[in-house]
Amino acid sequence: MNGLNPNAASQAAGALESGYNFAYLDEQTKRMIRRGLLKAVAVPGYQVPFGGREMPLPYGWGTGGMQLSAAILGADDVLKVIDQGADDTTNAVSIRRFFARTAGVATTTRTPEATVIQTRHRIPETPLHGEQILVFQVPIPEPLRFIEPSETETRTMHALGDYGVMHVKLYEDIATFGHIATSYAYPVTVDERYVMDPSPIPKFDNPKLHMSPALMLFGAGREKRLYAVPPFTEVVSLDFADHPFAVQRWEENCAFCGSHDSYLDELIVDDAGSKRFVCSDTDYCMQRREPFEPQQEVGQ
Amino acid sequence: MYVAVKGGERAIDNAHLLLAKMRRGDTSIPELTVEQVRQQMPLAVARVMSEGSLYDSELAALAIKQAAGDLMEAIFLLRAYRTTLPRFGSSLPLDTTQMLLSRRISATFKDLPGGQLLGPTFDYTHRLLDFALLAEGEHPGPQVDATAQLESCPRVLDLLAAEGLLARERPSAAEVPDMTREPLDFPTSRAQRLQALARGDEGFLLALGYSTQRGYGRNHPFAGEIRIGEVEVWIEPEELGFAVPLGDIEITECEMVNQFVGGKGIEPQFTRGYGLAFGYAERKAMGMALVDRSLRAGEYAEEVEGPAQQEEFVLMHCDNVEAAGFVSHLKLPHYVDFQSELELIRKLRKQAEAPMQAAAQENRA
Amino acid sequence: MSAAELIHGAAVELDQPLFSVHDLTRLYGPEKGCQGVSFDLYPGEVLGIVGESGSGKSTLLSLLSGRCAPDRGQVSYRGKDGAMLDLYAASEAQRRTLLRTEWGFVEQNPRDGLRMGVSAGANIGERLMAQGVRHYGQLRAAGIDWLQQVEIDPMRIDDLPRTFSGGMQQRLQIARNLVSSPRLVFMDEPTGGLDVSVQARLLDLLRGLVRDLDLAVVIVTHDLAVARLLADRLMVMRRSHVVEAGLTDQILDDPQHPYSQLLVSSVLQP
Repeated sequence: MNGLNPNAASQAAGALESGYNFAYLDEQTKRMIRRGLLKAVAVPGYQVPFGGREMPLPYGWGTGGMQLSAAILGADDVLKVIDQGADDTTNAVSIRRFFARTAGVATTTRTPEATVIQTRHRIPETPLHGEQILVFQVPIPEPLRFIEPSETETRTMHALGDYGVMHVKLYEDIATFGHIATSYAYPVTVDERYVMDPSPIPKFDNPKLHMSPALMLFGAGREKRLYAVPPFTEVVSLDFADHPFAVQRWEENCAFCGSHDSYLDELIVDDAGSKRFVCSDTDYCMQRREPFEPQQEVGQ
Repeated sequence: MYVAVKGGERAIDNAHLLLAKMRRGDTSIPELTVEQVRQQMPLAVARVMSEGSLYDSELAALAIKQAAGDLMEAIFLLRAYRTTLPRFGSSLPLDTTQMLLSRRISATFKDLPGGQLLGPTFDYTHRLLDFALLAEGEHPGPQVDATAQLESCPRVLDLLAAEGLLARERPSAAEVPDMTREPLDFPTSRAQRLQALARGDEGFLLALGYSTQRGYGRNHPFAGEIRIGEVEVWIEPEELGFAVPLGDIEITECEMVNQFVGGKGIEPQFTRGYGLAFGYAERKAMGMALVDRSLRAGEYAEEVEGPAQQEEFVLMHCDNVEAAGFVSHLKLPHYVDFQSELELIRKLRKQAEAPMQAAAQENRA
Repeated sequence: MSAAELIHGAAVELDQPLFSVHDLTRLYGPEKGCQGVSFDLYPGEVLGIVGESGSGKSTLLSLLSGRCAPDRGQVSYRGKDGAMLDLYAASEAQRRTLLRTEWGFVEQNPRDGLRMGVSAGANIGERLMAQGVRHYGQLRAAGIDWLQQVEIDPMRIDDLPRTFSGGMQQRLQIARNLVSSPRLVFMDEPTGGLDVSVQARLLDLLRGLVRDLDLAVVIVTHDLAVARLLADRLMVMRRSHVVEAGLTDQILDDPQHPYSQLLVSSVLQP
């Protein structure tokens, strides 16, 4: 343990909660979710309805992602939880603590060491490998929702591949702003079939979905939908031939690690509004600064 | 300072301690017991049981205490507990004609078999603050006639139905759907709709019911009957082959009678909206009955013109645990998405400024 | 295949109906809706359906365009590929594809046929995007071209439809439908909500487009002047029945059925 990781000590102190099944959910519920996940993997990008349970965290705070994590976690897994790319944001701490308590699994902040990574709003900068599963928390799984409010209609549109209207929105952006003005939750086509919402990750992360060696699972608890991108699946961000998809770039470098190709958070550091930019992925930033120090922590 | 902008485990722990302190208030005042809440706030307990979908007044009272009186939080606590409980079957349909009534009123008939029974109600109280309650004291109930006999109380709407003036509801032999196990699938069955409404937020259903009265999908309702009382719950375990009583629960049932002019091969007749809630919960049951009827627009080939008639709109937004969760998640950090938007706005502004600057330079030249 | 065969084949194609309707019926009540309607429509032909409101015209149009299902009867359509499609046996996917490619539907109220929240250009480009056009420049060019064809200033391409007058909105709706080069267009009182002077201009435009593009059209109208100007043939509807059908001039100049006579006599002759 080292002083740079304020969570490590209290994390280890978290006692295993008794009176609950391994990873909170009962085995029957987990089996139901696993069946849904198998279907989701078999039909990449298709939203599978599932009997989402009430979790002891509020809807909208990651209950979908937590249910998927609970369904796939095994005793040997090493769990990492990030929110906004960071391991130490309150909600990430809270969810990591939940699984440390209810499943007693080992937790880590180091991306390469994790076998299951639950995330809200980011994909880690460190490339994932084939032994890892990334679980996304999804608020609104339906990419067509803001064009068509009715679920009956959007399901028909998916079934018929009736997606012209998605490009109407992009056309309108270009006509109005000269650019596609969607910067996060940027819709993608999965395996040349379903249009999918990649959850509110910045479009910066979209290319990481394409041909990823890691399995990507998406869970929306309130909306009771789950979907998946299996390893090595084609994921294409919607665009026009003459206005191709492009990711954000910063003129600044990370104030800590100097990275110029990672996603940067902007901090306002004084009353005059002076700004600093730092990596949103805290582990990536840490690794670049101290590449040799081991950081594994254990939840129990 | 980087770490300072993020939260941490210690912050969470301290927040919990502060919350406990806020809940307890001044420690020189005796602590509220769960039994006191259960006995003296029965209407709050009823609401938490209904919308928490669990009939357990002690746990509901505990949830209210733990939530420091925030009923939605208490409902959430009860739901999160309920989800961990095993499910061992569904009861037989409640026979509300056999209720032990504490209140029963009909706005459609002046007198009827069994009579009108006003019972405990806020109706006809003058809403004047009762300063006597500032002091503690005894509050004796009315005199009770110990020799009174139970009268049979048939349901008002059944009387209309017997005459053929009310659309018949067909009993369904289908298995009872469980919306807490299977997600809603549109279009829904009436059983699913009633389930969702029974768990639905009282305020939301009240407002939607009110909107139908004001013309957004008007359906001319009359409060056919409201009855409150205790009813026996029976269950038929598969291995037994016959039904056994589980116990009594207190419920509020409301049946609205709604006008229907007929059409599409159906004769003019009355139709029904149904509301049911745990405990004494008249407002909830009435709101639910109004919305149940308005959601039957499709069944009666009525024009869908108000929000209360739109199945998806009503059912997807009536759950306060879902709604409160998703609204409150706005408090979670959104740095990354906000950064994306910042970057985009700056880019667009730069682009808009560029031609203006070019024009300004040209003017100077 | 010889050139002669090719020519012969094409001739056969023209001989065959594009759209064939047999015993189409849907009733909401006695004589409410439409019943027993049969007709054939050939490529490039304009069929007018006239009658007072409540006669069943609009029900018939909904049935013909596959928006609702009949109580009985068939509709078949000869696609671009020459195959006959049974409209009601076809899948929802086939019907939707048809409605955004080879067919068009011009609503009486342009608000129902336009996407009011997006620009004129996006309205025109939508069908092309649905067909897979993924080039902004091409969409833009098509938008400008079609605005010109329906006599709207191309400078208005990025304006929202609600900033347009009623007549312009209706012309924009027509452009939005015609951009995919449909072969059959349904029109529901397309001049209904417009001033007389605006109506005349729109009719003129429609007549030109129908001729130039060789469109087959089914147009519902209560306005006999509109029917005379656009339609080759007419069907007169009353209380869910077609009471008379024939060439437009024949019906308007020499109506046989008493109701047609009443209808014609109630309108000032041009």
